[in-house]
Amino acid sequence: MKSAIGSAAVLLVLMLFWQGLHLAVANSSLPSPVTTLVQLVALFGDPDFWKQTSQTAQAFGAAVVLSTVGGIALGVLLGMNRTAGSVSEPILVNLYSLPKVTLYPVVLLVFGLGISARIAFGVMHGMIPLTLFTMNAILQMKPVYRRSAAVMGLSPWQTSVTVVLPAILPEVITGARLGVSLCLLGVLIGEMFAARNGLGYMVMHAMERGDMATVLAVALLLAIFALLVNSALLALDRAWRH
Amino acid sequence: MGRPSFETRPAAAPQDEAERVANHGSQPMTRAGWIRLLVIAAAVAVLEIACRVGWIPVTVVIPPSAMATSLYDIIASGTHWNDILVSLRSVVAAAVIAVLLGFLVGAVIHAFPVVRGAVEPLLASYYAVPTFMFYPVFIILFGVGSGAIIAIAVLLAIVAMISATLTGLDRIPTVLGKTARIMRLGPVERAFRISLPAAMPYLFTGVKLAVAYAFIGVIASEFILSGAGMGYAIAYAYNNFNNREMYGLMLLIVLVVTVVNTALDTVDRRLQARLRR
Amino acid sequence: MSVALAEPAVVAAVADPHVRLTGVTRVFSRRGSTESVHALGPIDLDLMRGEFFSVVGPSGCGKSTLLDVLAGLAKPTEGTAEFEGRPIDGVPAGVGVVFQEDASFPWLTVEDNVAFGLRRAGVDPAEIARRVDYAIGFVGLRGFVDAYPAQLSGGMRQRVCIARTLVTQPRLILLDEPFGALDQQTRLLMGDELLRLWRETAATVLLITHALDEAAMLSDRVGVMSARPGVFIDIVETGWDAERDSRIVSHPRFGDLTGHLWEKLRTESLKHLRDG
Ligand SMILES: Nc1ncnc2c1ncn2[C@@H]1O[C@H](COP(=O)(O)OP(=O)(O)OP(=O)(O)O)[C@@H](O)[C@H]1O
Ligand SMILES: [Mg+2]
Repeated sequence: MKSAIGSAAVLLVLMLFWQGLHLAVANSSLPSPVTTLVQLVALFGDPDFWKQTSQTAQAFGAAVVLSTVGGIALGVLLGMNRTAGSVSEPILVNLYSLPKVTLYPVVLLVFGLGISARIAFGVMHGMIPLTLFTMNAILQMKPVYRRSAAVMGLSPWQTSVTVVLPAILPEVITGARLGVSLCLLGVLIGEMFAARNGLGYMVMHAMERGDMATVLAVALLLAIFALLVNSALLALDRAWRH
Repeated sequence: MGRPSFETRPAAAPQDEAERVANHGSQPMTRAGWIRLLVIAAAVAVLEIACRVGWIPVTVVIPPSAMATSLYDIIASGTHWNDILVSLRSVVAAAVIAVLLGFLVGAVIHAFPVVRGAVEPLLASYYAVPTFMFYPVFIILFGVGSGAIIAIAVLLAIVAMISATLTGLDRIPTVLGKTARIMRLGPVERAFRISLPAAMPYLFTGVKLAVAYAFIGVIASEFILSGAGMGYAIAYAYNNFNNREMYGLMLLIVLVVTVVNTALDTVDRRLQARLRR
Repeated sequence: MSVALAEPAVVAAVADPHVRLTGVTRVFSRRGSTESVHALGPIDLDLMRGEFFSVVGPSGCGKSTLLDVLAGLAKPTEGTAEFEGRPIDGVPAGVGVVFQEDASFPWLTVEDNVAFGLRRAGVDPAEIARRVDYAIGFVGLRGFVDAYPAQLSGGMRQRVCIARTLVTQPRLILLDEPFGALDQQTRLLMGDELLRLWRETAATVLLITHALDEAAMLSDRVGVMSARPGVFIDIVETGWDAERDSRIVSHPRFGDLTGHLWEKLRTESLKHLRDG
């Protein structure tokens, strides 16, 4: 509760800083927070905005589902075997820190210019952390858990559900938290480059027109959305850890 | 994206004392390392064959050997040296600013628990914000060119360093602070001789991540938004259907980033090994 | 040495103890809470110059807290602590401490760890080399001069800390369970070495330990502490002469001594177990 007040205070300071920038910038090409909020409200009444939002939402939703399922499956697969784990870990870490935008043209060449390219690009971003965290969670699970399960006479299926899953869940949620944010980033970058749809495209288009209020309104909306989703997963993360 | 998530990278399986001593210094290639090399080589070979046989059309992916020759031509002809320099300069600037500023901010936040309590929950979620969207703001502030791109990259990279600094300062064992007092070190000497080296493994993880994010921020900004640099060169080649050059440039970036990250990672692992107690 | 010459020195020592604690009490109060933990005291204790004093007591009774007060790391809530006639305010010069936790610097080799204090003090390099070599030999780490702490076992790291403290030649040495991570044999041998060093340097030693035999063998006096808040419920004079070593464990009086210590401690330790 106390930290929530503190965080609110920090956000207030950021707003004031923004307002200060607005006042400081010559002939204010930088919209003020109020102008931005007004523009955001105006956008809510604009059917085109909702069309773009639903485009982004579809791509983001599909990317989240695919990268979650795929990431966990791959992580479990690699985590089952110690050699597979230690062979793939550095590769995955390197892939994580690679600027994946450079590979976006490949995705476009493979998937074409439609929504599937953006989904694929979102998955490319989101799947890696999930795979890494799931894999490491399994590799680091104390062997004694599995041995105890065997001593208690649990079947492999029972072991997976009652022992392995609860043991790795917190790590998986941490991975999902990263993965979901990166999915959004991947989808948006995809939309900003060579697309005719989605909020990313809308921002690019507004940028070209010099419509700063729309740029900031959409950016602000996405930032708030990302913060909310992440905080929710963070709360889940903490709840599972104790 | 700035979460220092891989700071929690698993330490290797517990080793006994002899092994720990033996592992100090230059390590020979491990079995996993050889397998990894084989896997990568096999993947490249499969891609080569698939492209050569025509399973994958050359309009989509060119054979790895063609990528390599393209890369060679790019380097030999020098057509892209300027792009390469522009990008590397931005990455270095962004990484240096992010590391220094991040350390400073982290140290200040650490010194004021009240501020920390307010800022930390935001830090944990900050990386989720799609920073690129704010590019026009930086154009207004810094003008068109490297300034705005460096600003984006710093924004992306700095949180990793702030978090690493907080962790590092937290993890300085209290007993080392007591030892510093017993040795009657002054505040400056204590900071440089005890606190900094004690926090260094964590700080370096921050440096490693900051560099990786600086690369991501710079290359991605160039790709989507700018008119210079390696990221832009790739986008330009793509838009002009110049697949050969595009793949050569991609290979270049992948190689550079991999080499830099691997080098930093090696140092990082060495420093982490110090903590394995 | 004539009695007449020795006499005034002894009188001076009695009148002027090396360390004097009067009514030392330490209470921890948690911030934002009215609850407070009375960890220690009141303690009255005089340590003579060159004395070897051990403290035994149940876990959590305030032994480390007592050491913090002596080292000038913590101020007593009540009472006064003096070292060499002056009130302890901040860490006094001439005090060396080996902490209960591992305090070796993981970024330095064993040699650099041990030399750390001397290099700072600007001691002559040849002298540093000589003293460091002696201290490393003393703790039996000659083969590990260039090793880093992460490559050593817990007991070996603790020995690095002991060596690092010894090279500065403190007049008061405070040791908080320094041999806790050692096996029984090494522990006895390290005890012998510690006794030898103590005789050589004539330093005053305060040793905190949970091993009753160690206290009984090494000390001139053993202070037995109660469960928290720790006060001395008994101070036992061992009566050994200064030339003792670990072979006194077979001395008939040794068994009586440890037996007596355990008798005093048993009830207190039980109290600790019950109260958690
Ligand atoms: N910083 C602190 N804040 C609050 N309570 C403390 C603090 N430090 C120590 N205590 C309490 O004071 C009591 C004495 O602690 P101390 O560390 O001196 O015990 P000890 O005798 O050294 O125990 P052990 O033998 O386990 O090392 C303990 O009950 C402990 O919980
Ligand atoms: Mg203690």
